[in-house]
Amino acid sequence: MTLNPRVRQFFQASASIVVLLAAWQIASFFFPHYLFPPVQDVLARTVKILFNWPELLQVLETAGRIFAGLAGAFVLGSLIAIPIGRYPKIESYVNPFLIFLQGIPALSWVIVAIIWFHGTEFRIFFIMVITTLPAFTFQVLDSYRSMSKDLFEMTMSFRPSGWTLFRVLIVPTILPGILTAWKINLGNSARVVVVAELVGATGGVGYELLRQQQLFDMAGALAWTIQLVLFVLVVQQIIIRIENWLLRYRAVSERAA
Amino acid sequence: MSEPLIRFRDVTKEFARPDGAGTFTAVDRLSFTIEKGEIVAVLGKTGCGKSTMFNLLAGLIEPTSGKVEVTGHDPFREFDFFRGKIGIVFQNDRLMPWRSALDNVVLGLEILDAKRSEAEVVARRWLSRLGLSGHENDYPHALSGGMRQRVSIARAFAVEPDILLCDEPFSSLDEMTARDLRAEFVRLVKQAGKTAVFITHHINEAMDVGDRIMVFHRPARIAYEARMDDASKGAGRQAIQDEILKVLSLEAGEGMPAIPVAVV
Repeated sequence: MTLNPRVRQFFQASASIVVLLAAWQIASFFFPHYLFPPVQDVLARTVKILFNWPELLQVLETAGRIFAGLAGAFVLGSLIAIPIGRYPKIESYVNPFLIFLQGIPALSWVIVAIIWFHGTEFRIFFIMVITTLPAFTFQVLDSYRSMSKDLFEMTMSFRPSGWTLFRVLIVPTILPGILTAWKINLGNSARVVVVAELVGATGGVGYELLRQQQLFDMAGALAWTIQLVLFVLVVQQIIIRIENWLLRYRAVSERAA
Repeated sequence: MSEPLIRFRDVTKEFARPDGAGTFTAVDRLSFTIEKGEIVAVLGKTGCGKSTMFNLLAGLIEPTSGKVEVTGHDPFREFDFFRGKIGIVFQNDRLMPWRSALDNVVLGLEILDAKRSEAEVVARRWLSRLGLSGHENDYPHALSGGMRQRVSIARAFAVEPDILLCDEPFSSLDEMTARDLRAEFVRLVKQAGKTAVFITHHINEAMDVGDRIMVFHRPARIAYEARMDDASKGAGRQAIQDEILKVLSLEAGEGMPAIPVAVV
């Protein structure tokens, strides 16, 4: 009997998780529970957070910070990338700065933000924007550059205004790159937001992780971590569905299906 | 006599060499005129500067020296003046892959700020005239090469331009499809009383489409010119064809003719 490829893929993906859970459960038999809590305890805590409104609110707070940071970096990145795409001479001035930014660890930005700014939310927003800005800029710029010269000339032959050119050609051209950038930066920003919250916030997943560390509660730490992983997975799926709908014009080979 | 619709006066276009070692001349002191309602086929070998002449005419590039005039205006400097006045059919269809056939035809009208509902009516009419009814919602990848090129012709005609510029529009199609589209194209241009410049490197295509044929030598200048009137469509056709072949073979290695020659 041959399995449906999707079902097979699901079993393959599940197999590694089952093995990991089994290994963890076995470890919980041999080590103290503050080091390896039983799987059922972790799952129970995870479910409890999801169904306990004040705790779920903490997850949503973190989600809001991620979205705000990503949106800020996306807008700023696009505002930098599109002029560079149109006037390539700017690139030699801006590129070194972006590469320099890329090399600075998120934790350094946390320290800088604490020293520079008052207000937790603005600090976190700043850290989120500054750490994801280079990636957004480079990805939007790459998408812009991949714009077809043929389509550009064809569109220009109708003599569009700058805004119309942006709307009918540039946006659809850079859209696939933007969606990829969101998918990649979502994972990055989920990691960065925890660091930012760990140091400077009074709420959110990072703050809760800090509390679990102080309580020496491994089950709680894992449950809060899982919330973040679940959030990333859910949003990734939403972006993929949006992507499939927006890019539905693409031809798909039957062999690739 | 009325003013010609298109006029090239001693137009030269030079490009910088990619390695920075000077320039090369793509168009050399080119002069010609085109009257309203004419279909002029421009014939020449690959790399002879036909497409550069085309881009100059479309206002996409500026001449190094000389003057290009379309209805008395400079298509490069007065770029916006020509909104909706020049339609272009390119060598490849250049359809936007994210737009359906209908939306691709609507594009030009959308850029000209036409109402969406009105633009759709016009686009549907053109798709229908070109035999694409029922394919309005198909994306380009679902259409054959011939169908895609029909969509691109519909896109150019839909804006009702005064002048149509065609850069080897059927060269990537099979001969049967190309022949049908050529006939359709000539019928549409004549019916609407448009002026067209049709670039090709096929002698027969130039003779089928053009009221007048201009043969270019490299760098682009006229080496031969012939008018395809009724007489030349009969017995004279062979003579013109022979003459064009002779001119083109001269370029291949036997030197350039000193001056632009015969007008049949």
